[in-house]
Amino acid sequence: MLANDPLKNVLYIDLATGASQVRDRTDLFAARLGGAGVAARLLHEECPAGCDPFAPENPVVFAVGPLTGLFPLASKTVAMFKSPLTGNLGESHAGGRSAVAIRMAGYGAIVIRGASPAPAYLSVDGGEVRLKDARSLWGLDHSATAGRIIRENERGAGLRAIMRIGTAGEKRIRYAGVTTESYRHFGRLGLGAVFGAKNLKAVAVGGRRELPVAGIRAYRELYEEVHRAAVESPAMKKYHDLGTPENVRPLNALGALPVRNLQAGKLEPVDRITGEAFAESYLGRRLACAHCPVGCVHIAALREPHPAEPFFYKTSMIGYDYELIYAFGAMLGVTDPAGILRLIEEAERTGLDVMSAGVVLAWATEAFGSGLLSAEHTNGLDLTFGDWQTYLKALELIDRQPNRFYQDLGQGVAHASSVYGGTEYALHCGGNEMPGYHTGPAAHLGFLLGARHSHLDNAGYGIDQKALADGTALDPAAVVDKLMAEEQWRQVLSSLVVCFFARGIYSKELVVRALAAAGSGLDDARLDALGREIYRDKFAFKFREGFKVSELALAGRVHRTPAPGGPVDKEFIAKALRYFTEKIGMP
Amino acid sequence: MQLDVVDIDRCVGCQVCMFACTRRQNIAGLSKSCIHVRSLGGMERGFTVITCRACPDPPCALACPKGALKPRPDGGVLLDRDACDGCGACRQACLIGAVFWDDAANRPNICIHCGYCATHCPHGVLELVKGPVTHAGQ
Repeated sequence: MLANDPLKNVLYIDLATGASQVRDRTDLFAARLGGAGVAARLLHEECPAGCDPFAPENPVVFAVGPLTGLFPLASKTVAMFKSPLTGNLGESHAGGRSAVAIRMAGYGAIVIRGASPAPAYLSVDGGEVRLKDARSLWGLDHSATAGRIIRENERGAGLRAIMRIGTAGEKRIRYAGVTTESYRHFGRLGLGAVFGAKNLKAVAVGGRRELPVAGIRAYRELYEEVHRAAVESPAMKKYHDLGTPENVRPLNALGALPVRNLQAGKLEPVDRITGEAFAESYLGRRLACAHCPVGCVHIAALREPHPAEPFFYKTSMIGYDYELIYAFGAMLGVTDPAGILRLIEEAERTGLDVMSAGVVLAWATEAFGSGLLSAEHTNGLDLTFGDWQTYLKALELIDRQPNRFYQDLGQGVAHASSVYGGTEYALHCGGNEMPGYHTGPAAHLGFLLGARHSHLDNAGYGIDQKALADGTALDPAAVVDKLMAEEQWRQVLSSLVVCFFARGIYSKELVVRALAAAGSGLDDARLDALGREIYRDKFAFKFREGFKVSELALAGRVHRTPAPGGPVDKEFIAKALRYFTEKIGMP
Repeated sequence: MQLDVVDIDRCVGCQVCMFACTRRQNIAGLSKSCIHVRSLGGMERGFTVITCRACPDPPCALACPKGALKPRPDGGVLLDRDACDGCGACRQACLIGAVFWDDAANRPNICIHCGYCATHCPHGVLELVKGPVTHAGQ
């Protein structure tokens, strides 16, 4: 890293007093690049062992990387915290303008400590850092309203990110997320609830500065190369045209789309909720993250008649993605695209993570159908697969929490099933609700063994699909080897905060050259070593906080509903877990 | 030739043009950008791209007490950095908001209509055209 690169600046804020300081942490960025690598170190430094995720001692760390602001696609911000959903490592990534805004404000990372005595929001305008009163924003019905009011009160339109929570975060619902730029989310693992526990309604950050490079000519030449690769790549075109929902059709055809709480792997009829169908009937706008030419964010325009007044219409702009169609569509048996969009809009209103909320409601529907739950629990709601109008009410009740049952639902499916039963079909991995891939054993092992229990940790679903296409059999040890190697390389990418959609462009060779342009001389071997070290940093935190491979298990349902290559074999998973324990060599 | 916003409907707000502008001036980042992309009051409403429209009779030049902004033959102005004292009158005079400011140097950022941003726009929003320019971000 160049000596005058502002990346080294870490902004520390104490919410209890509003005091802030900037520390030179060249040490951290030299050792761990940025993003996930630096955030993991800061989490180790800041988060006391065994701390309550809602205690003021649980920090929120945001980190960006050395390529942010210099090259396209290095556009993610990594958030780290202890997760109130899993009680362990909380890591969530989002784009929007957040990464460029933090970098252009002159920081590599922001560490938020303590809790504010009253609702507040943090305003970081370059070097000006202020904690501002947000009492008038607390409890607002729609989280977007708070975003708009802050937007109108802060400088720097176009150069800032506004990361905010809704009422679900304020009430500490354990899968409440943080929304940035209206349509991007630090969705998973409950960052919104941690904000809420800190009385932190929002973080507004922005700036407009220059960045040093090692040599301007070499930098400009390399920029052209990356830019060309990004705009000409077929993968990038795919994300621009239909976006991630393009996957609905092929995954359904394969029988890998979890349907009605994974009672099946195929939805009939699927035709109205594919990426093609959403684009044709609803696509109203595409958006991009700052400094990403792709524009993969798909926004639907939903025009609905007003329930009371004839010839009066309301048009809502609602973001959609594969995982949202999975969680509120397939998983809940909803085949009406307008219904899915209404459910997404309701989750946006309160700031709930759609993936967790969908899986929680899918479990509740099955538990209700099997008699474990009664109308007394559900506040009179007759939960039925496909009935999105009732799910709309249920989502509202998860936020409103009128009774003990909805309070339990707000703690996630692992908790709810431990109280009411139905653990056999409570679909979570280590406490995090499952993502939308029932492709085979590698996907499920990927969720179990990934540091975040996320499909983005290691893309196990890709290993399954390749084996299916090649007609080859999978071997437990070989799968674990591949998952670990991929996850370790992804630590490098997420430390550079390169979007995983661009992983095909940012080869190891390109990463070495881009880092050289930014003034860091790292070779292939050092990058590989860094991937391993950052991976181990994360697992060190996980083991410290009680992660045990011996306690990992998949819901019985995962083994019973056949994946495309046949049922996910229990013995296969057990062998893989034993091999992982040996290989990672940590307690 | 002048820079024009020819198809604002295709703008996805990626801001690649803003980075291109500062980079053309041999600097990385955004400090020198003479083009600005922001939402129209929330991302759901789309974007506006604020660029100099190369006024034939530029108010910014008229406002400059030092004569540091010289009208360009094709419209718009050229900045004489040595004559400029950073008073900011030009910025006040531009209703479009296309006179941007370099805080560190305390000088305006003035578009020279080179078209470098347009060559980097991935979605055909910007073009270098033979004027007059009748769009202003829209």
